[in-house]
Amino acid sequence: MALPTKHVLGILVDNLLKRGSVLKLSPRTTVRWAQGLDIPRGGKTVIYTGHMYQLIPAISALATKMAFFENSWITKFFGLGRFANKFINLAWFMAQTDPQETEHYNNILRNITQLLQAAKIDFGYLYEEEMYSGALVHDEGVDDAFEQHAQRVVEVFRRNGVRSVITVDPHTTNMLRSVYPKYCKNYELEVKSYLEVLAESNVEALRPLNLDVTIHDSCVYARYEDVVMEPRQLLTKAGAAIIEPENAGKLTHCCGGPIESFFPGKAQAIAAKRMEQLAATGGNIVAMCPICLVNLKHAAKSMNTDVMDISDYLVEAYCGTDLPGSPHAVHNSDQYNEVVTHG
Amino acid sequence: MAVVNTKFIDDISASGSFNAAACMNCGVCTAVCPMGQDLLPRQLFRYAVIGVEEKILEHQETIFSCLMCRMCEQNCPAGVKITENVRTLRGYINRTVFGLSRV
Repeated sequence: MALPTKHVLGILVDNLLKRGSVLKLSPRTTVRWAQGLDIPRGGKTVIYTGHMYQLIPAISALATKMAFFENSWITKFFGLGRFANKFINLAWFMAQTDPQETEHYNNILRNITQLLQAAKIDFGYLYEEEMYSGALVHDEGVDDAFEQHAQRVVEVFRRNGVRSVITVDPHTTNMLRSVYPKYCKNYELEVKSYLEVLAESNVEALRPLNLDVTIHDSCVYARYEDVVMEPRQLLTKAGAAIIEPENAGKLTHCCGGPIESFFPGKAQAIAAKRMEQLAATGGNIVAMCPICLVNLKHAAKSMNTDVMDISDYLVEAYCGTDLPGSPHAVHNSDQYNEVVTHG
Repeated sequence: MAVVNTKFIDDISASGSFNAAACMNCGVCTAVCPMGQDLLPRQLFRYAVIGVEEKILEHQETIFSCLMCRMCEQNCPAGVKITENVRTLRGYINRTVFGLSRV
C-alpha cells in the first residue's frame, strides 16, 4: 500500500501553517551553523538559507522511516497521525538526526559564508527570524496555505529593511525570485544565488583544483532559474576539468528528491538511475542543491562512491581551506582546464 | 462511457494558467519523462480539457508522482506549461478530494 498522499500532505500543510515549516526545527538547530562566524544581524543584503541545508538531516532520518512505512500496515494510521500532529510536533519523535550528518550540512553553509567573504560581499543574516520558503507546499499545489506563508516571510523582509537576498539553494532561489512575485503585492526583493554572486565577483582562486569534476545540475537551477554557466565558470576558473555527464545543463536528470515524501520507492529508483549516469564519468561528483545531495549520496552508497557539495571544492580553491574528509580522489593534472564531454 | 463535468472545466480554468489546450499531442513529454509516465501529460491533459473529471481522479498517484523537474516542458514544441498544469490538477484534487484548501 502506498503512503496516503492526503494525510502526508495534510501533515506538511498543517506544519507550515502552525509551525512555520513543513518540518519544524528548533531555532537553535537552524542558526547553529552561523556560530562564531560573526555575521551581522539583518542588513540591506542578507544570506538566506531557507533552512534547506539544516532540514536535510531530519528529512534523511524521516525518509528512512517513510520508506519502511511505504509497504506496511502502518499507512492505515496516517490519518490518526495527522490528528495527533496538530497538537504535538510528531517530527521530534520521528526524526532522530545523526550529529555527524548535521555537522556536514552545517559546514556547507559555513563554506558558502567564507566564499562570500572572500569575494568581499557585505551581507547580514536574519538568524532566528529567517523562515522556510514554503517550496514543497507550493509544488504540491496547496496555493492558499502557500500564499499565507509567503506573506509572513515577506513581512520578515519588510520588518528588517532587507532589499536584496543571497540564496544558497535552488528551491529557495526559485520561490523568492520567481514565485513570490506572483503571490505578494509590491514585491521588489532582488534575489541571487551565491553561485551567481560569486561568478559576478572578481574572487580569485588561491589554490588550483587539479581535479576532474562531474557536475550534477539541479533541475530547478537549470530549467527554472537559468543557473547553468555559473558553477562551470567557478570550477573552471579554479582549475578543475569539467566532465559533463549524460543529461547535463538544461537537459539534466532529476535526482528523485521532490517525491521522496510521498513515494520513497519511486524516488530512490530515480536517484539510482541518475547516480549510474554520474558514476559512469569517473569524475568527482558535485551537486549544488541539498535535496539532490542527500538523494544522490544515499544512492551512491551502494555504488561505493560519494557526492560532494560544490561549495566543498570552491571553498578549497577560493579560500584555501583544507576540509576535513575532503576526498581529492581523482586528481588529473593532464586534463587541467580542459572540458571533457562524456556520454 | 466518459462523463463530462463542466464545473470541473470552470474550476481548473479559473487559475488562468492552465494551458493544456495548446498541446498538439506529439508525445515528446512522455518520451523524455524520467518517471516514464505513460499517461502524463498529454493524455491526462486531454481528459482535463474535455472535462472528464473521473479520469483525473482515477490517476491521482500519477499526478502526485510528477517530479516537477520540467524535462518535458524544456522539450515541448507547443510551449505547454506542463508543470504549472500539473500543479493546477493537484490543487483541484487537494480542494475537492483531500479537503486541503481554504484553510
